[in-house]
Amino acid sequence: MRKKTECLAMLLAGGQGSRLGVLTQNIAKPAVPYGGKYRIIDFPLSNCVNSGIETVGVLTQYEPLELNAYIGNGQAWDLDRINGGVHILSPYQQISGTEWYKGTANAIYQNIPFIERYNPEYVAVLSGDHIYKMDYAKMLTFHKERSADCTIAMLEVPWEEASRFGLMILNDDNSIAEFEEKPEKPSSNKASMGVYIFTWEKLKAYLLADEADPDSDNDFGKNLIPAMHQAGERLFAYPFEGYWKDVGTIDSLWEANLDLLNPGVDLDLSDDNWRIYSNNPANTPHYIGPNALVENSMIAGGCRVEGKLDYSILFADVIVEEGAKVEYSIVMPGTRIEAGAVVRYSIVAENALIRRGAQVGDLPENYPDRDLWGVAVVGDGLVVEKNARVKPKEMLENKIKEGQE
Amino acid sequence: MRANNVLGIIYSNSYDSVLPELTPLRAMGSVPFAGRYRLIDFPLSNMVNCGITNVGVITKGNYRSLMDHVGSGKAWDLSRKRDGLFVIPPFSDSAFGGEQFRSRIEALHSAIGFIERSKAEYVLMCDSNVVCNMDFGDLIKYHSDKGADITLVYKYEQAPKIPGILTFALDASGRVSNEELCRCGITCAAHSLNIFLLRKSLLERLLNDAVCLGYKDFDQDIIASNVENLKIFGYECDSYARTIDSLQTYYEINMDLLQPDQKDALFAPDRPVFTKVHDDMPSVYSHSSNVKNSLIADGCKIEGQVENCVFFRRVNVGRGAKLKNCVIMQDTFIGEGADLNCVITDKNAVIKPDKVLSGDKNYPFFLGKGIVI
Repeated sequence: MRKKTECLAMLLAGGQGSRLGVLTQNIAKPAVPYGGKYRIIDFPLSNCVNSGIETVGVLTQYEPLELNAYIGNGQAWDLDRINGGVHILSPYQQISGTEWYKGTANAIYQNIPFIERYNPEYVAVLSGDHIYKMDYAKMLTFHKERSADCTIAMLEVPWEEASRFGLMILNDDNSIAEFEEKPEKPSSNKASMGVYIFTWEKLKAYLLADEADPDSDNDFGKNLIPAMHQAGERLFAYPFEGYWKDVGTIDSLWEANLDLLNPGVDLDLSDDNWRIYSNNPANTPHYIGPNALVENSMIAGGCRVEGKLDYSILFADVIVEEGAKVEYSIVMPGTRIEAGAVVRYSIVAENALIRRGAQVGDLPENYPDRDLWGVAVVGDGLVVEKNARVKPKEMLENKIKEGQE
Repeated sequence: MRANNVLGIIYSNSYDSVLPELTPLRAMGSVPFAGRYRLIDFPLSNMVNCGITNVGVITKGNYRSLMDHVGSGKAWDLSRKRDGLFVIPPFSDSAFGGEQFRSRIEALHSAIGFIERSKAEYVLMCDSNVVCNMDFGDLIKYHSDKGADITLVYKYEQAPKIPGILTFALDASGRVSNEELCRCGITCAAHSLNIFLLRKSLLERLLNDAVCLGYKDFDQDIIASNVENLKIFGYECDSYARTIDSLQTYYEINMDLLQPDQKDALFAPDRPVFTKVHDDMPSVYSHSSNVKNSLIADGCKIEGQVENCVFFRRVNVGRGAKLKNCVIMQDTFIGEGADLNCVITDKNAVIKPDKVLSGDKNYPFFLGKGIVI
């Protein structure tokens, strides 16, 4: 028999992330670029490796091509292993028929044979949508110390935002008394982070029961965990402190990127003891031209900056020509911003071309009615022609012509 | 001739002595260059880009940092089941009294076991002190089109100031002619980049003969003395190639990469230069930073003024510091208000706040590894 694995991780990476619109048109949300050289999935994957979890199943369903290519054999995260390593798990045909992953619990259910191969004691179920650095080993110790059946990582969020989250009401010993799913009037500010550790034996029993229930939506938060709670299993909340951000919307993705430029934000990507690994192309150091002006910005390899840059993040191989201006913006790999173009408060996806004199996004000051203002987005591979304009809050999906708005 | 029918050999210690500042701790091949590279990345990438899959790296002394850099060869796609990258540690060869090799001929003879074992038909040899990006596929084609015995790559310009570097004349067909092989001089000349291509069986025969006869000098005893017996052709390198022959040229070549055309020529997009991947975050510029005409690698934090500089990974520049015309290697820390002009720092140097250091463009000031000022 195979050596016992103490804990393996199942990473839910099948989400479409529909609120990211054009950015997830061709890629799954965990493959969305973040922070100059990373993709969102680098965070949970690096956390796994740094926490000593060396067997990771990545559950994919929506547009998996980019994600599969990015993860490859897992070498970039040291997850190319003789035993374990990273495995991409897509829905597959079975003798009983073929079905997509119907919900998060069903996705794990369909991969029970994968989990059983490694004979684990515990299974961590992670969402692939968040930016955070977390030691799952500490959480596992917490889980074991309490002989818990399920431990949910918990973060105290500001009260005014609490109604956006799945909340937990706790007893004194951190066991969970009650759940509240996105309530209008929250009675707790302790939010679930979408990070779970289960004792495998228990999880398996509940997955089988959940699958047998025709009325279930096969979702962890909605069905499986409440069922465990009702049956009186030992559910605990593991308190986490530190930076954690759901990058599910354009605004939060934009904010989470700019957070990296804020020294007051507790997310240090240069920490040698908790590295965030990523799969990097071979590119040269970036070049800053003789007339460039770069302030408060982050620049990745292969870029050429000759224009003005302020509060912005440039991914690999971005070109900002002389006379171009980029402010409060995120520019993804391979995009070119020509002379005289102005990009403000925007996210420009990969390999776009912003032609001379074009204007993307605008300052919030210019919009007295703030509801009309928002971050502008240009989809990947698009061309914004000469003197064209992409308005704030607009999400560009098709090419626009010269001078057009 | 298919490229995977060619065995690559790289000398990681070629001309270590011309760069005494940077090589006491490392081999020429692992000298840091252009912000994120080591010199061996260039010959390795050139070989890999033309399809060579079997490369031996000859080492002599101080090769720990080289081993650390090349690892299993994964970054060059040379970690393979069949063939791949082989680091050949120094070998005490009984053919020269159990000593380590002292010359190119002896070095090759030390590696003869590796060479003989290879199933390749041809051998391509490169040095590490030549920074170039050329298409070896064209060289291989030229070699077979000419029916050459040996092809050597040359550049027609002022020869580097390395004693004994081969300079020569060519006849109309491109063959290295019998005319006087030139002396290394002031004028422009066709000089060897020490890139040689020849049939493996010929190399084995030449090496065995040379060792039997006690020959030492590859250029003189194997190339020059065989100009009549063998068809030795020259192949002109028309792409980027510079030879490092001193700390001064090392500095100049780094600085020249600040000119976009030079950088684009060395880092041709269709022939990428591969290197070991590190997981540093992108570089961060603060509100007080002012950077002009510089090449900056990942992981730097810049709060000061920087002009005409090459920064390696994780360089830290404090607020109010001023750097001009500098080559700053990885993990250098530059304190607030320090003022540096024409300085090369090796790794892990620390320049405390308000220190002033200055060299000249013709004589850069060098600060050794880990020195604290």
